[in-house]
Amino acid sequence: MTVPTVSTPPMPETPLQRLRWSLADAWTVTGRDLAHWVRQPATLVLNLLFMVMVVLMFGYLFGGAMTVPGGGSYREFLMPGMFALSMLFGVEATMVAVTTDAARGVTDRFRAMPMARSAVVAGRGVADMLNSGLGLAVLLACGLLVGWRWYGSAADTLAAVGLLLWLRFALVWVGIYLGLLVRNPEAVVAVQILVWPLGFLSNAIAPTATMPGWLGAVAEWNPLSATISATRELFGNPGWGGVSWADQHALLLAVVWPLLILAVFLPLAVHRWQRLSR
Amino acid sequence: MATLPVLAEGLRKRYGPENALDGFDLAVPEGSVCGLLGPNGAGKTTAVRILATLLRPDGGQARVAGFDVVRQAAQVRYRIGLLGQHAAVDEVLGGRQNLVLFGRLHHLGAVAAGRRADELLERFGLGEVGGKLVKQYSGGMRRRLDLAASLILAPPVLFLDEPTTGLDPRGRNEVWEAVRALVAGGTTVLLTTQYLDEADQLADRISVIDHGRVIAEGSPDQLKSRLGGDRIDVVVHRADQLAATAAILGRAAGSGAEAEADPDTRRVSVPVRDRVAALTEAAWALRDAGVAVEDVALRRPTLDEVFLHLTGHPTETADERPQEVTA
Repeated sequence: MTVPTVSTPPMPETPLQRLRWSLADAWTVTGRDLAHWVRQPATLVLNLLFMVMVVLMFGYLFGGAMTVPGGGSYREFLMPGMFALSMLFGVEATMVAVTTDAARGVTDRFRAMPMARSAVVAGRGVADMLNSGLGLAVLLACGLLVGWRWYGSAADTLAAVGLLLWLRFALVWVGIYLGLLVRNPEAVVAVQILVWPLGFLSNAIAPTATMPGWLGAVAEWNPLSATISATRELFGNPGWGGVSWADQHALLLAVVWPLLILAVFLPLAVHRWQRLSR
Repeated sequence: MATLPVLAEGLRKRYGPENALDGFDLAVPEGSVCGLLGPNGAGKTTAVRILATLLRPDGGQARVAGFDVVRQAAQVRYRIGLLGQHAAVDEVLGGRQNLVLFGRLHHLGAVAAGRRADELLERFGLGEVGGKLVKQYSGGMRRRLDLAASLILAPPVLFLDEPTTGLDPRGRNEVWEAVRALVAGGTTVLLTTQYLDEADQLADRISVIDHGRVIAEGSPDQLKSRLGGDRIDVVVHRADQLAATAAILGRAAGSGAEAEADPDTRRVSVPVRDRVAALTEAAWALRDAGVAVEDVALRRPTLDEVFLHLTGHPTETADERPQEVTA
């Protein structure tokens, strides 16, 4: 008398086989998130529409009262800020997914299974990048509808999109780290609230030159501002090229800031992940 | 005895000043169900998490299905199923989708994973709801899906960590039935529970755990006879009749045990040997003595009484647990 059996796949032995398993597992975990989109399209659509709503709010409700230093359309000034803000808001999505899985015991189930442990995190990252990529595409289309355009070369435009996704990639690890750190879904609300001032304390919505001196300096050095200035420059949108060092070197900072975030949060996230066994 | 499916020797695990496990020993023979019984914070979950390779022990060693849980964790994971305290399934996916996902992560091919999912859905009576979102499942259905998901590779060893906590009686019965069927098929099961009746229903052997170590071990019958089996509770109307009632119940019990009287609740309680004879005898004697009785109940010992009896201290939750170890 035995339980009806199933032929058990052999364990990987060579490093190459192990790598293939890790990649296959990561893709399966990613596929799980894509299946969520199909099974619950309303959540996906609402998330996409949320950023569109923010654009319309700032573009049309407050936009009339805004002037861009050096002239130019406020909505063209605004859109790069919105793109970067949507990358920042992605931290919440990552965090919610990580804490929900941990709280429901799904993470433990994965860890007790003969799958590649790295795949849980890698799959999360790929799924979030796809999600943010889709969100960015919708936002770009929304920008075109409200009168935003890019004026740079195709290479510059692609570079700008690349910089935005590079920021998101770094923030994936912030989300995973925080998600593993807080462990209960209620604490996510605190982060959701903190993300707003963090996002607004930048040049996303208003030029830093219009802020009180010290606040402007903080906003100028916000990693988000670097990406926004750099993308304004690459898209050829108004509002870039201030006199400060940070403004002058926006392109460099837009590459370096996410690298620094990665350097800090990637090891932290891995460490947290390993600490689950302690 | 190297072939014991679950073998733990002197496991230790500390969390800060707290000893979650303090010399935990356990041996589960093949094809049996071992119930790990204890209050919150006794170390049940820590023990299961170590055995299921989720947690590294600070000391001691454990082998599951013949493999060391620390050094050969990958081999262990091939041979175990784990049912944690929550139904660890994806609520935004369908039941079948969940099983296919977990099948793929066990490296079954797409076709084999699909076939296995259908087999398991059928087996756990979920065939008709396989396409529905898990969100719409009842608690019992979720738990059965959870159980199916931990059986993808038909593991020889299954860990169930409080499998029926939070379920209604119907859901609890559904899970019990499913576990019994598995055991009939030869799976070795380690089950943790806070409920004496659950261990009673499912387990061949029970290990009682307190403060991170096993303090008593035996078949459910052996443990219960150590406690004096069933009890009669009598609540009297007048507190001044407590002493007389205790004397009457002591004689009627036939177990040689003394009745305990609690003046606050006006309740007298005594373990009995022969349930029916003792109850009849007590009822007659109480009426003859003119005791005004408010309530009479014949009941099984509670986990609290098991603990009081075995450890000399009542059950505590993890938060209220004192630092000193009394056992």
